[in-house]
Amino acid sequence: MAAAAIGGAMLAPGIQLIEIARAAAPAGTTSAGANPQVRWGMLIDTTKCAAGCTDCVTACNAENGLDPQPSPTSAQWLRKIEIKEIKTGRAASVPVMCQHCAEPPCVDVCPTGASFKRADGIVLVDRHACIGCRYCVMACPYKARSFVHEELTAQQPDVPRGKGCVEGCTLCVHRLDKGEKTTACAEACTKAGHGAIVFGDLNDPTSEIARRVREIQTTQLRADLRLDPGVRYHGL
Amino acid sequence: MRSPEDIRKFWLMAALGGAVTAVGLAAAHFMELHGHVVTGMNNQVVWGLPHVFAIFMIVAASGVLNVASIGSVFGQPVYKPRAPLSGLLCIALLLGGLMVLMLDLGRPDRVIVAATHYNFRSVFAWNVFLYSGMTGIVIVYLWTMFERRLNHWSKPAGLAALVWRFVLTTGTGSIFGFLSARPAYGSALLAPLFIVLSFGWGLATFLIVQSTMYAWESRHLDAAVQRRMARLLGIFIAASLYLVAVVHLTNLYFARQGAFERFILLGQDGGGAQALLFWVGYVLLGAVIPLVLLFHPRLGAGPNGERWTLAAALLIVVGGFAWLYVFIIGGQVFPLEIFPGHVAHSSFGDGVVADYRPSLPELLLGIGGLGAAFLITVVGVRAFDFMPQDDFISAAEA
Repeated sequence: MAAAAIGGAMLAPGIQLIEIARAAAPAGTTSAGANPQVRWGMLIDTTKCAAGCTDCVTACNAENGLDPQPSPTSAQWLRKIEIKEIKTGRAASVPVMCQHCAEPPCVDVCPTGASFKRADGIVLVDRHACIGCRYCVMACPYKARSFVHEELTAQQPDVPRGKGCVEGCTLCVHRLDKGEKTTACAEACTKAGHGAIVFGDLNDPTSEIARRVREIQTTQLRADLRLDPGVRYHGL
Repeated sequence: MRSPEDIRKFWLMAALGGAVTAVGLAAAHFMELHGHVVTGMNNQVVWGLPHVFAIFMIVAASGVLNVASIGSVFGQPVYKPRAPLSGLLCIALLLGGLMVLMLDLGRPDRVIVAATHYNFRSVFAWNVFLYSGMTGIVIVYLWTMFERRLNHWSKPAGLAALVWRFVLTTGTGSIFGFLSARPAYGSALLAPLFIVLSFGWGLATFLIVQSTMYAWESRHLDAAVQRRMARLLGIFIAASLYLVAVVHLTNLYFARQGAFERFILLGQDGGGAQALLFWVGYVLLGAVIPLVLLFHPRLGAGPNGERWTLAAALLIVVGGFAWLYVFIIGGQVFPLEIFPGHVAHSSFGDGVVADYRPSLPELLLGIGGLGAAFLITVVGVRAFDFMPQDDFISAAEA
């Protein structure tokens, strides 16, 4: 009798917490998880990217609580790389973030499985399982991942980050799971009138991104590695 | 019976080892408390000096067991009495290296997560089993050597240890071999290279410890035994140099690897420090000079070869650290080429050689690992009879 009472008293708080967590799930989210029919992707038209424009970067930093004035140890999920072809002198300005590869090397090398690919193609880091070994940072061909080198302040409630863990672009998964249709960077670029970033479902033939990649020439970065990134570039 | 002098020496050595280890632990605590911002590492160079120390120790740990394998598995009588010491050093170096590796994690408090969540496509996940299993197998191996009733099991245990450490060192080399992203890595040759490097670094470490122990006990290593081991060390160093040469030579035939090879070998485009470490640190000090010291008939191969062999062994260790520094850090500071044929610059260090300066906490953590290995060796040698007994072995018979 006493044992049953103790057992019940120990289990009750846990069961309460499960109910509270379920109740807190935002309306409209499916408890089934990410949709495997979807492949989220991005099309970046570098011909519309002005050198020196950082609207996408600023929006990403604000959305995810990143350092607006980065130092060599700050996390940068999205950066603008200014490139110039050596032989021809042709210049371009390229926003580069996690490419959300279909064959992500970061997922292969993660010892705990913290780095994982969701059914809808988004490559993420599970901050509960990340031990901060930085093997994924070594493995990424795009230098997309950042290691958090110090205590963080002023974090965004929907974007969990932590000292000692590794992180990268999440394709604003917290927005997508709430039912929003686009990422912070794409939204900011569109709002500013540049229109260089298109976000959408590559598997949906009627989506804007699927139409555009059918019509114009696009390329994947380091395509020879055959990682099949979800981010495509035009103008490179 | 141990003399008061011996007892005093032991406590002094143990205190020294303990102090060095404690400083290493304090450095790790400092790094964990404040985050890696207190180190020289940044988002371009995420694996720094602690990894150089840790990987040297782990590779040397695997190689130091070679001495036991040559005795138990290949039946060479001169090496049999050395097998227990070799086993002890394997455990000591492995635990020291693992200590550094685990304390350098961003979340060392989550080692339990690493022990309970496995992604078996990752070499790191296999390594959790390979490294802990190695320790277990060597403990069993030592037991079969010390417990007379189990002596006939020492050959199978030795064979198991040999096979296990080949897999372990293949895993260590493959940590880098499986990375397709960077020109410094991604080669099938890295696994066998690490195995051969382990032979050299392991035997060098063994010879250093053996010399020290003999000096401590005021004994002399038989000249013929000394010459054999010196020759073997020389062969291992030559083989390592050969494989390193093949790796670089092959890379030179791939145009896309050219810039990286010029960076490391010629010091072009900001690679000066790396080239210096490679040629002077590894090739000259770590390979060529030791080869001369080990094989020259008036030096290591001569009648007073012991101190030349010791000098060569020390230089080989220095060269090993130099090679690992160029391999691990040189491979990271070289800018990742996302846009071939283009110059690039960004707020994230794209297109420029990264700046990495080893910091004091990193150095102290690395040295702390060496201290832990030293402490384990000192305590082990005190507790058990690890001193190689050559009295009944005639080197002429071997």
